[in-house]
Amino acid sequence: MSADLWTALFIGILSAFVGYEVISRVPVLLHTPLMSGSNFIHGIVLVGGIVVLGLATTPLEEAIGLVAVIMGAMNVTGGYVVTERILAMFDRSKKKAGPP
Amino acid sequence: MIAWQTPLVDGVYVVAILVFILGLRSMSSPATARRGIMLAGVAMFIAVAVSVLLPGESNFALIALGVFVGGLAGWYWARVVQMTAMPQMVAIFNGMGGGAAGAIAAVELLVSLGNPVTAGLSLAGAVIGSVSIAGSIIAFLKLQGWLRSKPIVFPGQQPVNLAVLVIGVAFGGYAAYSVQAFWLLPFFLLMILFGFLFALPIGGADMPVVISLFNAFTGIAVALDGFALVNGPLGDAGYALVVAGTLVGAAGSLLTLLMAKAMNRSVGNVLFGAFGATEETGTTVQGSMRSIDASDAAVEMAYANEVIIVPGYGMAVAQAQQKVKELADLLEAKGVTVKYAIHPVAGRMPGHMNVLLAEAGISYDKLFDRDEINSEFPSADVALVIGANDVVNPAAHRPGSPLFGMPILDVDQAHNVIVIKRGQGKGFAGIENDLFYKDNTRMLYGDAQAAVGQIVAALKKS
Repeated sequence: MSADLWTALFIGILSAFVGYEVISRVPVLLHTPLMSGSNFIHGIVLVGGIVVLGLATTPLEEAIGLVAVIMGAMNVTGGYVVTERILAMFDRSKKKAGPP
Repeated sequence: MIAWQTPLVDGVYVVAILVFILGLRSMSSPATARRGIMLAGVAMFIAVAVSVLLPGESNFALIALGVFVGGLAGWYWARVVQMTAMPQMVAIFNGMGGGAAGAIAAVELLVSLGNPVTAGLSLAGAVIGSVSIAGSIIAFLKLQGWLRSKPIVFPGQQPVNLAVLVIGVAFGGYAAYSVQAFWLLPFFLLMILFGFLFALPIGGADMPVVISLFNAFTGIAVALDGFALVNGPLGDAGYALVVAGTLVGAAGSLLTLLMAKAMNRSVGNVLFGAFGATEETGTTVQGSMRSIDASDAAVEMAYANEVIIVPGYGMAVAQAQQKVKELADLLEAKGVTVKYAIHPVAGRMPGHMNVLLAEAGISYDKLFDRDEINSEFPSADVALVIGANDVVNPAAHRPGSPLFGMPILDVDQAHNVIVIKRGQGKGFAGIENDLFYKDNTRMLYGDAQAAVGQIVAALKKS
C-alpha cells in the first residue's frame, strides 16, 4: 500500500467520526432533509466520474465513464433540488410565523 | 513537478469538504438548514467544475455531455415530482449515486486490474455500489406502487441470495487474480441481481430503514472508489470522495440504526426478516369496533381543549395534509389546542410526516416526536389517528405480540380516540390493532382526505 493510501485511511477514519458527531445533533423533524442532503453530498461521486472519464482511453472505458458521469450528475442535481425543495417548506423567513 | 492546476483543485476540494461538513451541521436547526445546503450546493458546483482542470484529462466533450444530460434529467425530475413522491425520489437519486460508484469502480478495474490494491478496493466499491443501485430501484418500484410493497418471498430465499453473492464475488476475485477483465461481466451481473434479490423481501413499512441504509451504502461505495482513485494517477480527487463518502456512510449508518431502534428491531431483522409477510393468527381481541360519523367526530373535537393529531402513511397515500391543516385551523379558531404526534418511522422514509405537514404549511413548532408528546396523551381530550396503524398499536406492550417492545405513541391513553381508516383491514405488520377495540375508540371509515374533508364541512356548518 502506498503512503497516500495510508493518509486516505487516516482521513477516512476521522471523517466517519465527524459524520457521526454532526448527524447525532439533527432532530427527527429534519430527518428527511438530512437524508436527502447527505444523498446530495455523496454526489461528489460525479468528481470521481469526471476523473475516470477524463483519463479513459478505450471506447469501453469511455462508455462506462460516461454512464458514471450521467448517473453522478443525476445524483448531485436531483439530490440538491429535492433537499432544497424540502427545506424551503421548513423555511419561515418568507412567511410570518404564528397562527393566522 | 506539479502543474499549477493541482494545488488550485486541491484547495477547492478542501474548502468544499469544509462547507459540506458545515452544511450537514446546519441541519441541526430548521432556521439554518436551508442556507447550509445552498452553500454546500455552491461548493459542490465549484468542486465539480474545477475537476476538469486536473492534468492529463481529455474527453472533455463526453464529460460535458454527461454532466449536461444527467444534470438536466436530475434537475427536471426533482423539480416536477409531487411532494408525496419524495420517498421514491430520494431512493432513486441515491441509487444513481450507487450506480455511478459502481461504474467508476468498473473503469478502475479495467484500467488497473493488475494492481491488487486498486482492484480489491474497486471490487469492494463495485459490490456495494451495485447493490445500492439495484436495491434502490426495487425500493423505488415498491414505493411507486409498480411492485407489490408487501415482502416478496420464495422458499430458500436467503440461501439463494447468499449463493448469488458468493458466486458473484468469486467471479470478481478470479478476474483480479487472473487479470482477465472478461470475468468482470458475470461479477457485475450477479451483483446487480443480488441487489434486486436483497431488496425484494423487505416490506413497504420497513422502507425508512432501507432508504437510509442504501444511502449509507452509496456513501461507503463512494469512499471505496475514493481509496482506489488515491492509489491511481489523479489521487487528489480521491481524497474528496473518501471524506464525503465516509461522512455520508457514517451519517446513513447512524440514521439506519435510529430507524431500526424506533421499531425495536435489529437492522438484520428488518433486512432478512421479511416482516409482515405473514399475518398473525390465533390471537383474538376482546370487544368490537365502534364507528362514528364525521359530524359527531366534529362535535367531539370542537368541544375539546386539546386535540392531538397522529398522522401515518394513510395520510400520505390520500394526500390529506392540506385538509388536516384546514381542520386544525378551524379547531384553533374555536380555541382548541392542536398538536401533532410524529412517530419516527411513520410513513415511508425518515421524517416523512414532518415533510408532508410542512408542505401543508403547518408550523413545525406544533410537531412533536414520540418522546416529547407521549406524556401528553392522558391529558388530551381527543387523539385523532389519521391512517396510522402499527405505530399506535398497544399490542406493542403485550408480551408475545410480534410488535412487542416497539416504542409506540400511547394514543390509547387519550380520553377519546378517533381513528380514520380506509377499512377494517390490519396494519402493514398484519397484526390486529387492540386500539381499535378499546372502549374510548371510535372508527371513522373512509379515505383520509375524504374523511377529514367531511369533518371540516361539519365544523363549518356548526
